[in-house]
Amino acid sequence: MIEIGKFVRGLRLAAVLAAGLAISACANQNTAGDGSGGAGGSASTPGSQQDFVVNVGDRVFFETDQTELNATGRETLEKQAQWLTRYSQYSFTIEGHADERGTREYNIALGARRAQSVRDYLVSRGINAGRMRTISYGKERPVAVCNDISCWSQNRRAVTVLSGGGA
Amino acid sequence: MARSSEFPHDSLLTRRGVMAGAGAGALLALTPRQAGAVLRLEITSGNVQPMPIALPDFVGGTPGDTEVSRNVTGIISNNLQRSGLFAPINPAAFTEKIVNSDAVPRFADWRVINAQALVTGRITKQGDGRLKAEFRLWDVFAGQQLDGKQYFTTPDNWRRIAHIISDAIYERLTGEKGYFDSRVVFVDETGPKDRRVKRLAIMDQDGAGVRYLTRGDDLVLTPRFNPTTQEITYMSYGQADPRVYLLNIETGQREIVGNFPGMTFAPRFSPDGQRVIMSLQQGPNSNLFVMDLRSKQTTRLTDTPAIDTAPSYSPDGRQICFESDRGGSPQIYVMPATGGAAQRISFGEGSHSTPVWSPRGDYIAFTGQARGQFSIGILKPDGQGERLLTSGFHNEGPTFAPNGRVLMFFRDPGQGPSLYTIDITGRNEQRVQTPALASDPAWSPLLS
Repeated sequence: MIEIGKFVRGLRLAAVLAAGLAISACANQNTAGDGSGGAGGSASTPGSQQDFVVNVGDRVFFETDQTELNATGRETLEKQAQWLTRYSQYSFTIEGHADERGTREYNIALGARRAQSVRDYLVSRGINAGRMRTISYGKERPVAVCNDISCWSQNRRAVTVLSGGGA
Repeated sequence: MARSSEFPHDSLLTRRGVMAGAGAGALLALTPRQAGAVLRLEITSGNVQPMPIALPDFVGGTPGDTEVSRNVTGIISNNLQRSGLFAPINPAAFTEKIVNSDAVPRFADWRVINAQALVTGRITKQGDGRLKAEFRLWDVFAGQQLDGKQYFTTPDNWRRIAHIISDAIYERLTGEKGYFDSRVVFVDETGPKDRRVKRLAIMDQDGAGVRYLTRGDDLVLTPRFNPTTQEITYMSYGQADPRVYLLNIETGQREIVGNFPGMTFAPRFSPDGQRVIMSLQQGPNSNLFVMDLRSKQTTRLTDTPAIDTAPSYSPDGRQICFESDRGGSPQIYVMPATGGAAQRISFGEGSHSTPVWSPRGDYIAFTGQARGQFSIGILKPDGQGERLLTSGFHNEGPTFAPNGRVLMFFRDPGQGPSLYTIDITGRNEQRVQTPALASDPAWSPLLS
């Protein structure tokens, strides 16, 4: 029994390592596939879109079926609010997303709630509501495409996408 | 029901009984009908033995009609087999070759191979270019004709003729309306998961005749049939907010439903086709609204700090079932079609989503979610009798066949979604062939 237990633990460890690899693979994909990496100068150019994505962080994540911001998310949004206050020429869209574990209709509503949470937070930090719009993609636009928890956690997100007014 | 434009010669599609005439008359004289002796398949019970049925190739009225006759027979056989209620007998076992569909068959030859029902028929191209399709349904052991009809239509309607005959056989032998002469609108999916291209598509219920209704430029979701016209409603992402649209599937004409201050989604028609009910996103909340398509007047039906979505009318149009998380998790509620107090009806394990009311009115089908598994299930409108028909990762989005006996849904194990059907008894799960990945099916009413 003990031997079998060790063997199972070994397998678990391997699974965790594999999941870690999957995360980094997915993360690499994000910058290419999410439309956030393109124009807007390099990350070292203050006030550029790249600056926002790389140095501030354009997205916050949510727990399963939750729409409340967690501490990490509030920290990211605090930085977003400061940056958006400083670079007030940008308007932006907050995209709300869900993972695939939910029905299409419910996830559209869930993504909308997540976008609304971010919107409310940024407004509470003094960002003009007229600069932002929200949209929900439900489970239709995953950034991580594997079929397990490592990807689902990346897909439950709200992304602040800058538009217009860039330097 | 005005459904003629897809089949412009529908008006030419006529049917009449062929019980009269020398053959049938002689037969009736031969075997007087006896009460209680009629062949009938009882499909409401849990366990159905598929009825052995013989479907010899229909006779070609002229040598040029042989191929279409064989094709029509093949479609009928496929329909009946897929229903799970019939077991078409291998033609290699047949001893009598049907050369004249008017003649009384040699019943002894069909009893030997245990055929309980026998279908004979003939397709004949007419002088005016139309097809004449005739069939007779025989009770082999009673030795009598159960049904006989003939139809006239244009040659391009040969598939529909096969479906209409399939429905006639199904109805005569089960006592229930059929569902074969119907179509399915769905979302065709191509490309990788993070850049999926989705197009609206329509096909016959057996997967034949796929036609694309949108080009894939815009993300499209949840198409639903208008019960009375050649129209669908669906959600689409364009340049502005995602909206509920109407699309005429014949003309391609498209319009936005209503002028709402925000995203609208999860649309469905009322049974009379005059109204569209849907969700409107308002801040963090989704509420139900209905719009009258003629007056364009909109009415709010729910006003809660919750997600209210996936509404579906009862077939009499008096009630609405919908999904709400007002109690903490998504569950099914029923309320009057005019709004007002809503009653929760789902109390089984886990959450219950995407309720859809059967056209028969007896059940509501749903997507269930518990312990990481997604099920297709049914319950009665009063919440009793909940049953899960199939479970796994990941089943979603049931839609009823026109007779309420079969559900279609989609399943995505992770590699992408496909369409399936299952009886409301939980038996006879079948994959529906589609050209590519497919999701969000919606079954049409019977076309005729």
